[in-house]
Amino acid sequence: MKSWLLQRLTAVYMAAFLLYFIVALLISPSHSYAEWQGWLRATPMALATTLFFLALLGHAWVGIRDVLLDYIKPFALRLVLLNLLALGMIVMALWVARILLTGGA
Amino acid sequence: MDYYRDTLRLSDPMDNKKAVTRPVYLNLLKIRQPITALASIGHRISGVLLFIAIPLMIWMLDQSLQSPQQYQQIASLYDQPLMKLVILLLAWAAAHHFFAGIRFLFIDIDWGVDLATARRTATAAIGCGVVGVLIALFVIL
Repeated sequence: MKSWLLQRLTAVYMAAFLLYFIVALLISPSHSYAEWQGWLRATPMALATTLFFLALLGHAWVGIRDVLLDYIKPFALRLVLLNLLALGMIVMALWVARILLTGGA
Repeated sequence: MDYYRDTLRLSDPMDNKKAVTRPVYLNLLKIRQPITALASIGHRISGVLLFIAIPLMIWMLDQSLQSPQQYQQIASLYDQPLMKLVILLLAWAAAHHFFAGIRFLFIDIDWGVDLATARRTATAAIGCGVVGVLIALFVIL
């Protein structure tokens, strides 16, 4: 139930963020590095984008876990894949945080 | 109907000489799935595709924020034929997953559960996936 709720909440946040992201790009397309970087590095946008990727990773974690549980029956293989999935998600979360929260360091 | 009777070897209720054999041959590709099932399996397939694309997206984000040169390199990726193909595939996956997902959220709150509405919204979600590809095609060509 907890993961079920996590998947729905992250879905709603991602939908709202993507709507904003796409509309903002349609209204003022960023055609240069300076514009792109200025937009994404502004603190509120950097935070919102980080949160988007964290939501994406959490959402995908639940989704792919469900897919693995549905199709991978051998217990050992299932355990290995679920752990690899968890590891991958954590690594990607740290990667995103480093990109967006370290101010380009 | 004959297909089901033949492949599932369902016995004719009138014919009790034939033994009832349980399903031995279920080819999912030959059974015509209802539109709601197609929207559902499409949601799963598109989800897996989007999952595979996550590292690519993060890598592109990383590169695009490093320096003007790297930003240009990422921007020029969009001219690669292979990349265009990937974009079309992901455009379908993103559009289908988005709209089929919203459909599931509404079904969660008991909206659109009756068969007629469920069929209509499933068709709409599948249609949105197709529209997503068309828009992507329009943008990248």
